[in-house]
Amino acid sequence: MATKPISEPYRHPVNDPMIDPRTGEFAVIAPGHNFTSVTQKIANVVLTSHTPLGWFFGLIVAGGVASLLVVAITWLVLRGVGIWGVTIPGAWGFAIINFVWWIGIGHAGTLISAILLLFKQSWRNSINRFAEAMTIFAVVCAGMFPVLHIGRPWLGYWLLPLPNTMNIWPQFRSPLCWDVFAVSTYATISVVFWYIGMVPDFGTLRDKAQLPFAKWFYGILSLGWRGSTRHWMRYETASLLLAGLSTPLVLSVHTVISFDFAVAALPGWHTTVFPPYFVAGAIYSGFAMVLTLAIPIRKFYHMEDLVTLRHLDNMAKVMLGTGLIVAYGYGLEVFMAWYSASHWEWFMMWNRMFGPMGWGYWLLILFNIALPLGSLWWRKLRTNVAYLFAISIVINIGMWFERFVIVVTSLYRDFLPSSWGTYRATKWDYMLYVGTMGLFTTLFLLFVRFAPMIPMNEIKMMLPQTKIDGMNAEETVDEVA
Amino acid sequence: MPVEEGVYGLLAEFNTPQAMVYATERTRAAGFRRMECYTPYPVEEAATALDVHRNRVPLMTLLGGIMGLTTAGLMQTWMSAISYPVNIAGRPLFSWPAFIIPAYEWTILFAGLSAAFSMLALNGLPQVYHPLFNAPNFRSGATDDKFFLCLEATDPRFDLAETRTLLEQFHAVSVVEVDL
Repeated sequence: MATKPISEPYRHPVNDPMIDPRTGEFAVIAPGHNFTSVTQKIANVVLTSHTPLGWFFGLIVAGGVASLLVVAITWLVLRGVGIWGVTIPGAWGFAIINFVWWIGIGHAGTLISAILLLFKQSWRNSINRFAEAMTIFAVVCAGMFPVLHIGRPWLGYWLLPLPNTMNIWPQFRSPLCWDVFAVSTYATISVVFWYIGMVPDFGTLRDKAQLPFAKWFYGILSLGWRGSTRHWMRYETASLLLAGLSTPLVLSVHTVISFDFAVAALPGWHTTVFPPYFVAGAIYSGFAMVLTLAIPIRKFYHMEDLVTLRHLDNMAKVMLGTGLIVAYGYGLEVFMAWYSASHWEWFMMWNRMFGPMGWGYWLLILFNIALPLGSLWWRKLRTNVAYLFAISIVINIGMWFERFVIVVTSLYRDFLPSSWGTYRATKWDYMLYVGTMGLFTTLFLLFVRFAPMIPMNEIKMMLPQTKIDGMNAEETVDEVA
Repeated sequence: MPVEEGVYGLLAEFNTPQAMVYATERTRAAGFRRMECYTPYPVEEAATALDVHRNRVPLMTLLGGIMGLTTAGLMQTWMSAISYPVNIAGRPLFSWPAFIIPAYEWTILFAGLSAAFSMLALNGLPQVYHPLFNAPNFRSGATDDKFFLCLEATDPRFDLAETRTLLEQFHAVSVVEVDL
């Protein structure tokens, strides 16, 4: 059966069952699993009648934090956006920072579910489902901010191209309108991809459930799935097509969000490096968030067999790669500020580094570049669970500061010194932001309790028992070299 | 509606995908066509044995994508240039480069929804009733760790006794009759 949970981060490959002796890499699935054990391990989390107390505790804490969101939104609806710190010139404060931050976090989920599927990175199968869930919940949190920021959220449907009594239409030449299309498409396709992926697993839960309500509930959700081969083939085609469509979609979403900045003629925003650097930053922060979520969950639910050090190591490598692109983006911003020979650009960069809010810039350099990119080169640190957890939180904070620096430092001191101002967030800004974290955690806890957090059918596909040509002792997973 | 009576087919249960694929290949060679495998995960070899690799999901996705592109393109053109033209800093009313982005998103939106929903529609899902769920052993294994081959009664070669003998020779764990 499955091995013990891993305690030491780095062990000798010869006698360690978790290490493939041929490649020296950590196994993607602990040895000893079969179809039944995979079903049991994953379905039991959902179907157990003994919900762990820790889950209830987490839900109470997260729900308590999420209630701040209710308070913040209620007061906002009653009083208007004047309760926030947004003003002229800093008209885009926390709302846009948090919007970009949350959407960026979501991007790793789509990268894992779509891009890594296309690249046949089968290790992604274990983390794919909850990374997708993370995407959806992050988009839910993100979507709230622009809708609240428009001031009259109940008129949010004006953003859509709907016929109305004033006979006017959205302004399709505006990046903010593109945002509506990009983010709504992203949310829709992510939900569809996520749900379609869960249909066969809901079928398993329907068949394993004991309680009549659970049978009925998962029966409805499974849509009558019965695992027919004809169905599976269409299902696989549809999954692959959705992955193929999600890939250009996810790249376009943060590109379009970066257009909100890049299309404006403001120093520090009007840059062609923004689209690729935003996308890389999104994936960077998203992988950090996947680690922030995956590390406690695999510990709490004893999923070390299925989410192994290999996954953590690989995710750390992706963070290293995307982090380097982000570092290149920062470097290029500074270079272009000098090379453009534009007085305004140069002042913006000086102000960003040494102005009154310069601490934000150096914090982001420390948190996004110096600490992670200085350390993730070492395999010992990449497979040290506690260190990865800490660094993932550091990166999340750093990426938040990146958006803070971009939004605030360009806005509060633009061309005319007479129009300079400053930006200071109010308690309502903080409350709303912290509240969305509570909402995100609440949704995530509900997800791990009531839906299969790891795709059972995809894990089964990686088992050696699936090999049709002879039952020889080949390794668990074929890796694409 | 009157209750239909009769047999849906014979359901053979296997412990391994290898045994199921072997049985599928042999029964197909014996001339059966109305047959289907049921597995907890996609088994490519079963699809090869049944010759069901091709499907119409990609075509539907393409049509959905074309529909999304056309819809978004025409919608933006009509709204910006015909229905309510607004002169924004002298820019052309039909400013197609700006329209590319919403059109790109809707191409993906329509294509993705077409992929998902055409897959469900072609599969006949959601489906609230299927005779297979009458089989006593189907629900305990088909979505977990067992592999099933069902020879359906509508096949011209189907004969309850003979087909049962045929299936039993593949060392199936069990061969059960499925009621309609």
